[in-house]
Amino acid sequence: MDIIVCVKQIVDLKQLRIQRETREPILEGLPWVISDVDKNALEAAVRLKEAVGGTVTALSLGGTPKLKETIKEALAMGADSATLIIDPLLAGNGPAATVEVLAKAIQKIGRYDLLLLGEASADNYSGQVGPRLAELLGLPQVTFAISIEPVDGRLRVKRSLEDSLEIVETPLPALVTVLNEINEPRIPALTQILRAGRKPVTEWKAADLGLSGAPDPLTEVVSNVAPKSTRKGQVFSGDDAVGRLVDALVREGVVAL
Amino acid sequence: MILVYSENDNSAFELLSQARRFQSERGGEVVAALLDGNAAPRAQSYFAYGAEKVYAASHPALQGVRPGPVASALAQLVEAAKADTVFVDSARRGKELAGRLAQKLGAGCVTDAIGVRWVDGAWQVDRAGLGGNTVVTERITAPRAVIAVMPKTFELGERMERSGQVVEVPVEVELSPVRVVERQPKGGEGANLEDAEVIICVGRGVAKQEDLALVQELAAVLHGEIACTRSLATDYHWLSEDRMIGLSGKRVKPRLYLGLGVSGQIQHTVGVTGAKVIAAINTDKEAPIFQMADYGIVGDLYEVVPKLVKRLKG
Ligand SMILES: Cc1cc2nc3c(=O)[nH]c(=O)nc-3n(C[C@H](O)[C@H](O)[C@H](O)COP(=O)(O)OP(=O)(O)OC[C@H]3O[C@@H](n4cnc5c(N)ncnc54)[C@H](O)[C@@H]3O)c2cc1C
Ligand SMILES: Nc1ncnc2c1ncn2[C@@H]1O[C@H](COP(=O)(O)O)[C@@H](O)[C@H]1O
Repeated sequence: MDIIVCVKQIVDLKQLRIQRETREPILEGLPWVISDVDKNALEAAVRLKEAVGGTVTALSLGGTPKLKETIKEALAMGADSATLIIDPLLAGNGPAATVEVLAKAIQKIGRYDLLLLGEASADNYSGQVGPRLAELLGLPQVTFAISIEPVDGRLRVKRSLEDSLEIVETPLPALVTVLNEINEPRIPALTQILRAGRKPVTEWKAADLGLSGAPDPLTEVVSNVAPKSTRKGQVFSGDDAVGRLVDALVREGVVAL
Repeated sequence: MILVYSENDNSAFELLSQARRFQSERGGEVVAALLDGNAAPRAQSYFAYGAEKVYAASHPALQGVRPGPVASALAQLVEAAKADTVFVDSARRGKELAGRLAQKLGAGCVTDAIGVRWVDGAWQVDRAGLGGNTVVTERITAPRAVIAVMPKTFELGERMERSGQVVEVPVEVELSPVRVVERQPKGGEGANLEDAEVIICVGRGVAKQEDLALVQELAAVLHGEIACTRSLATDYHWLSEDRMIGLSGKRVKPRLYLGLGVSGQIQHTVGVTGAKVIAAINTDKEAPIFQMADYGIVGDLYEVVPKLVKRLKG
């Protein structure tokens, strides 16, 4: 089974700080990492390959050359190769523009049985890229997977919805998005990390994909700021802490004694 | 014109209520879509919540609610109704539909909307950004919009004594190659976090499933619902997923949120910003939850909770 995993590079959100006056996020200088759920998608791909053979290609559109470093983790986790589109004009324009670029790259790669994606990226969390890509490429779409099993050249996928589990079967090629609970992504061993440096990485530019400019994002960001916190921040400790908390909650009128 | 579609009638009624409020600013009709082949009886409630027309399609390929055929049929109803905007709900089925439908329509799309405004002739939509660290406002620049709205974002309007017209639209839909083998209800605990006044939320500071008894006692005294962080629902399965709060769970608006052994990672706390009062108990005084709480106790929940129960019982 030949699998393409769409992997997004994001800033490490655990290290994100907010500028006090403007409430704007400070993104400069933050390390780049692979978006959380995309590691689950990679893990799922590598397990499928281990089970039935085939190849795993990590595909990523990013705006900085740092992507070449970031993608090594995907290669160390077991992807056989990576295809990168590094272009600040094409990247970071939201899901509608992203899928136009990814679709071109996928068509250029040509051979695949399965596209695996995260349910949503940890920074933008739109969940649009999977469904949009499935529509653009005319593929069956199976979202929110918590297990994927190959059966007779098809896939049996268990999906998790709010109040039900759904087991579906899809022929290939297909597009599947995964939830974080599908698996525990492996931590690559040192030997894997060393080997990753020697795996093939292809880089394409806009022109290689027949794109003359950035696709229309269809939306634009008007503002992006942290909400103002108006919380009181009173923290109690010691013997009378419980009493003081209860008094405060009664004063607020949210607890009645 | 706004077209409303949701698998879930109650969500559809919220969306319709708001669509009607936008009518004074935008003009145009408010319509809804139904795809289940049994539109006429269902449509009455849709009229009552503000739909002037219900566009109805039925087709064998729509059974099993797979996103490909649903998006295809809806796109045809959008064309028939000449709608420029589609409101869907942002539950999982709504979200997977939103992207596919938007791609089909060439529409700009925003999912998980927590605020929607019509400003200078374009939609502006608020949603959580950067994993919940920020609120992003996006303007939809395309002539068509698909907006997937979080439940309870829009207030349910009043049911009116109205009727309307059901417009049957013949659609052409390809059968999906995806076969639904089985559907199992999750047997959630029927928690209603969205409407709860008091929420006691447990995190990984609770060491064992048995210890939830302690928390249940507190919840009983406070007449609260129990909620949890992600691991407790999706990894440990101690509580059902309908109790999970956060970016990938529920967004809640109780009068009191009390976190027990919850660290306060942004992906969780984005779900509780609507609480009137936030309180937290955590052994670590540096835990981020204290940064966004009104009141907190630095302490071991196993010691604090029993004392709290005793005090509240009086
Ligand atoms: C894309 C994405 C989406 C996510 N969506 C969600 C979501 O929707 N909901 C969600 O909850 N999480 C979500 N997460 C996970 C989130 O980032 C955190 O990992 C999670 O919320 C942490 O849960 P926790 O606070 O229970 O655990 P921890 O972070 O492990 O915190 C446990 C806390 O308990 C305290 N503690 C330990 N023992 C005691 C004791 N005896 N008494 C008192 N305190 C004690 C510790 O000091 C610590 O602060 C998401 C993550 C990503 C990347
Ligand atoms: N720039 C990108 N490059 C490769 N894959 C991406 C990119 N952006 C999003 N994806 C994929 O699409 C999924 C959903 O992203 P989103 O629609 O942003 O929530 C992610 O989990 C990735 O699998």
